[in-house]
Amino acid sequence: MKKKLIELKNICKAFDGEQVLSNVDLYINDHEFITLLGPSGCGKTTTLRIIGGFETPDEGELLFEGQKINDVPAYRRNVNTVFQRYALFPHLNVYDNIAFGLRVKKVKEQEISERVSEMLSLVNLKGFEKRNVSLLSGGQQQRVAIARALINQPEVLLLDEPLAALDLKLRKDMQVELKNIQTKTGITFIYVTHDQEEALSMSDTVVVMADGKIQQIGTPIDIYNEPINAFVADFIGESNILDGVMLSDYKVRFASHTFECLDKGFAQNEQVDVVVRPEDVDVVPVEKGMLSGIVTSVTFKGVHYEIIVDIGGFKWMIQTTDYVAPDALIGIYIEPDAIHVMKKSEYSNMFGDYSTFSDEIDHLSDVTEDEEE
Amino acid sequence: MTHSSKTRKSNMSLLQRYAAAPHIVWSVLFIIVPLIFVGYYAFTDVSTGEFTFSNISAFFTKEYLLIFGKSVKLALIATAICLVLGYPIAYFMTNCKPKTQRLLMILIMLPIWMNFLIRTYALMTLLQDTGIINTFLSKLGLPTMHILGTETAVVIGMVYDYLPYMILPIYSVMSKMDHRLVEAASDLGCNSFGVIRKVIFPLSLSGVISGITMVFVPSISTFYISQKLGGVDTLLIGDAIEQHYTAANYNMTASLSFVLMLILIVGLAIVNHYTDSDEGGGMLI
Repeated sequence: MKKKLIELKNICKAFDGEQVLSNVDLYINDHEFITLLGPSGCGKTTTLRIIGGFETPDEGELLFEGQKINDVPAYRRNVNTVFQRYALFPHLNVYDNIAFGLRVKKVKEQEISERVSEMLSLVNLKGFEKRNVSLLSGGQQQRVAIARALINQPEVLLLDEPLAALDLKLRKDMQVELKNIQTKTGITFIYVTHDQEEALSMSDTVVVMADGKIQQIGTPIDIYNEPINAFVADFIGESNILDGVMLSDYKVRFASHTFECLDKGFAQNEQVDVVVRPEDVDVVPVEKGMLSGIVTSVTFKGVHYEIIVDIGGFKWMIQTTDYVAPDALIGIYIEPDAIHVMKKSEYSNMFGDYSTFSDEIDHLSDVTEDEEE
Repeated sequence: MTHSSKTRKSNMSLLQRYAAAPHIVWSVLFIIVPLIFVGYYAFTDVSTGEFTFSNISAFFTKEYLLIFGKSVKLALIATAICLVLGYPIAYFMTNCKPKTQRLLMILIMLPIWMNFLIRTYALMTLLQDTGIINTFLSKLGLPTMHILGTETAVVIGMVYDYLPYMILPIYSVMSKMDHRLVEAASDLGCNSFGVIRKVIFPLSLSGVISGITMVFVPSISTFYISQKLGGVDTLLIGDAIEQHYTAANYNMTASLSFVLMLILIVGLAIVNHYTDSDEGGGMLI
């Protein structure tokens, strides 16, 4: 049995009458790497700030090792934060930034010096002690921010989009490094990001949020393979989301065809959302296919081709390693385990097919750029 | 910064190149030339017009050193009071809602918009032996105070006139401060007092320095406040300069101004040297 370190019970928060969090229930285990994932404005940063002590919830309880800490100020919580854009102290050098927390606690300078150099080697910044923090690169500032938080040996480290300001290559390296630091120190990490790939590759547990509510909590594999609703399916990875009807257990009808599937427990003839991941669709000759359609576009992606296929007016995205020509008529085959059936939700029908594919790409890059305050 | 301005110089347009010209003409006519005259008069004899150090050395006689010492003392006291009053209000303002901040800003600016002479006369009627404050005190049955004509009155006048100039630069630096630094400090264990001591104060230092400069410099050279609010024994260096001027002794006027200016420049340069100015903020020199 894992130890519950932090518990959020029915947390609600509104800013100027606008509901930012509604009825958030969440618990975080000791030594866990948990990620709050969602688009801008979903409430993930607010959740983190409530745990950090920078916001007070309007309703609900925040428990730390079973004790209610709603009104405990930030400086008395055994939690440290790595801020978005780092928030390093510009009037202090690298050493003094990292030593800040220990100096506040009046630790002896001798011990501070030992622990700072320990931290500097943990984050690969040896020899940077006297540097001016505002002259460091983004990645180096990031490391200082992590060291400044970790030196206090917190039970929980909160990370608010820590890699958002870094370029892609550096972000990948830092992901690995952060994961290593977490494994090495055993500190619980609560990580906020809008980058689904980051969330899937680093976390033990992913919490998907939208519109101030938790949509799904699970391991990265669960979240990807068994999304609970159309929002999660659309937000995590690529997915074809279709309207379907559950004829009986293990039988679902969509795209005018009845498929075998592995899902059960729905009412007979229940309206459902069906998710088929683009990589799970096999391209076959028309006569062998369950469905057939016309290829409308082909994009080479390196590892595979990404093709858009018009099947009965619905544009499917399919990833295939075999080249298909545009305008070709192809058949597709879907294995029972490639079909995931979900209950209808408020997000049903909000995510269409891939007919406006290029727009969606633009939309995604917008999300990456704007900052959540 | 310096690098980019260097590369930019070569491809400046005609307009950019001559945009400073009007101000340069102005400066030469009304700053550089008068300064040369000040220097000339300071080093020439009042009657013969020959070169001399006697005007300058007059500054270092007991008479003027006492006056100068008193000016420094009163200006320092006034500056300290302005800092003690101004810093907390600037901090308070930055924590208000934007709308309240604008309102407070107008209230603080309001006295500046009122004529300087009127303000000083208003203070006289307040501080007189039979003025509003003393009338009020005696109505309450409390002993009255003799304020007008004392050093206290002069200091009150300086604080009254120059307090906004302390608040504004501190406020402007503080309001630009990244709020996440405050959160970071409390995250690292600082209570609100610790946050002020370890983060807010060091980062607002540039505003404090320019506030001190903007209060101290006019305070030390004022003559009007001390004439109206002070007594015969509160003659300040500004009064001495003015007296020489009205007596048409331009050589002494110039030498006293010249030495005062040098002392201020050296003093401010020392202060700036010990406060790292790479943050920019609101530095004056």
